[in-house]
Amino acid sequence: MSATLFVRLAPWIFTIALLVLWEAAVRVLAIPVFFLPPPTVVAGAFVEFWPAIWKNSLWTLYTTVVGFLLAIGFGLALGLAVGWSRFVYAGIYPILIGFNAVPKVAVVPILVLWFGIGTVPAVITAFLISFFPIVVNVATGLATIEPELEDVLKALGASKLDIMRKVGIPRALPYFFGSLKVAITLAFVGSVISESVASNVGIGNMMLQAQAQFQVPLVFAGLVVLAVEGIAMYAIMAWIERRMTGWAHRSGLAQG
Amino acid sequence: MAFVTLDGVRHVYGRGGVGLPAVEGLSLSVKEGEFAAVVGPSGCGKSTLMKLATGLQFPAAGTVTVGGEKVSRPVKIAGMAFQAPTLLPWRTTRENLLLPLEIVEPHRSRIRRDKAAYIAKAERLLASVGLAGAGSKFPWELSGGMQQRASLCRALIHEPRLLMLDEPFGALDAFTREELWCVIRDLHAASGITVILVTHDLREAAFLADRIFVMSARPGRIIAERVVDFPRPRDLEVTYTAPFQDVVHELRAHIVRARQAA
Ligand SMILES: Nc1ncnc2c1ncn2[C@@H]1O[C@H](COP(=O)(O)OP(=O)(O)OP(=O)(O)O)[C@@H](O)[C@H]1O
Ligand SMILES: [Mg+2]
Repeated sequence: MSATLFVRLAPWIFTIALLVLWEAAVRVLAIPVFFLPPPTVVAGAFVEFWPAIWKNSLWTLYTTVVGFLLAIGFGLALGLAVGWSRFVYAGIYPILIGFNAVPKVAVVPILVLWFGIGTVPAVITAFLISFFPIVVNVATGLATIEPELEDVLKALGASKLDIMRKVGIPRALPYFFGSLKVAITLAFVGSVISESVASNVGIGNMMLQAQAQFQVPLVFAGLVVLAVEGIAMYAIMAWIERRMTGWAHRSGLAQG
Repeated sequence: MAFVTLDGVRHVYGRGGVGLPAVEGLSLSVKEGEFAAVVGPSGCGKSTLMKLATGLQFPAAGTVTVGGEKVSRPVKIAGMAFQAPTLLPWRTTRENLLLPLEIVEPHRSRIRRDKAAYIAKAERLLASVGLAGAGSKFPWELSGGMQQRASLCRALIHEPRLLMLDEPFGALDAFTREELWCVIRDLHAASGITVILVTHDLREAAFLADRIFVMSARPGRIIAERVVDFPRPRDLEVTYTAPFQDVVHELRAHIVRARQAA
């Protein structure tokens, strides 16, 4: 077997090893199912509760993606504005940092007050938690244009818009696509937090109810669903990143 | 005919014009078609001089004139190249060369229509610096010396009347550097463009320039001006002759004195 094939299989080998270890530990140590169910029991929960798991996981995926798309739109616009103008940068940055420091779970009650429980707070929480890395990365990409290149272009009579279009924006793209991987993961955190606190649908809500009814294997099934959705969306973002900005990897431009 | 003139220029970085000026009482004059070199101790204001002459910075006192006009905005007739090639990694070398044409009129409004003609021009220019066939490569696929050649081409593609070079060969090995001296020498001879070259390398200045300006330590001004009248075209062999060595020694003595004065 070749070494590269071995490396390619490594994620599977490690995942299976983890599951086997988990199963063995639970059985050998006789850990009660309501404390830590073994993978086989969690798998059983998947079979038993599949319709509920399917429906709620799709719902969570939906709210997460909607919040994430809002974050992309807003994050790009704000990142461009912040990277464009020192004035906007100076004014908005402290606000952004303060905003990002507020735990989003503390914002959910306010959202419920405004929009009632359900989808809207989940979407907005996903949005609020995930736009920050996009803004910061886009602004960084724009702000780190080599001053010498800027001089070359200015000496040709280039306007600020020219410099942004020809250099700033293409240069910010790898930072932007890099930030999507972080942002999508955060978006899941946001929607699940909101679902746990203030919703009657979604994986977060399903897990909370399962926990209240002491259906611990179903709680773990919820965790697995979130992990799978998170990995899948991350992989999609990583793929898009490679497709759009392969040059950045090959030329060694710093990644955001 | 003077093409670039600085007259009694003072420049202070930062707000309000307080603090130690970068240059003070800086006056020099470069004729049209002339190859001028500027040497001086590190931090004396050579790059500042470049920025003043291209309208990227404006003097606190004195005047800067380029092509008969007082400079009050970026001059648009200059091409610039620096120590770092600063090519765009997402564009091929050829597309990097086209970048200035996407900005400067009249090319800007023509480039879509006449793309083929402009590409042919870029390829000719690449060939003239020994980069034939490298147009479709990305910058990171080129060696440092090749990138620097491409950067030179980018500075020349829009046929500027003034070429500003700020230590363009500083990061290259001695052999590549001498090769590029000859490239620049030939470009200058072929086009009659006015060149201002900032360099730390006194041999480079003496080999390439018609006129060498020596600057004092900060705040920079001209403390010596040396006309170099070796006949052109110059061969690299000239750098091993006694008169050439004399010029280099003379420049060196000026700079040593400038550093001691600081
Ligand atoms: N953007 C800036 N803001 C403030 N001070 C600056 C700026 N650029 C240059 N200076 C200062 O002005 C002086 C002249 O700088 P300049 O870059 O022109 O020197 P130089 O002769 O090109 O130096 P070197 O040979 O090291 O490239 C230096 O002392 C430098 O610290
Ligand atoms: Mg300098």
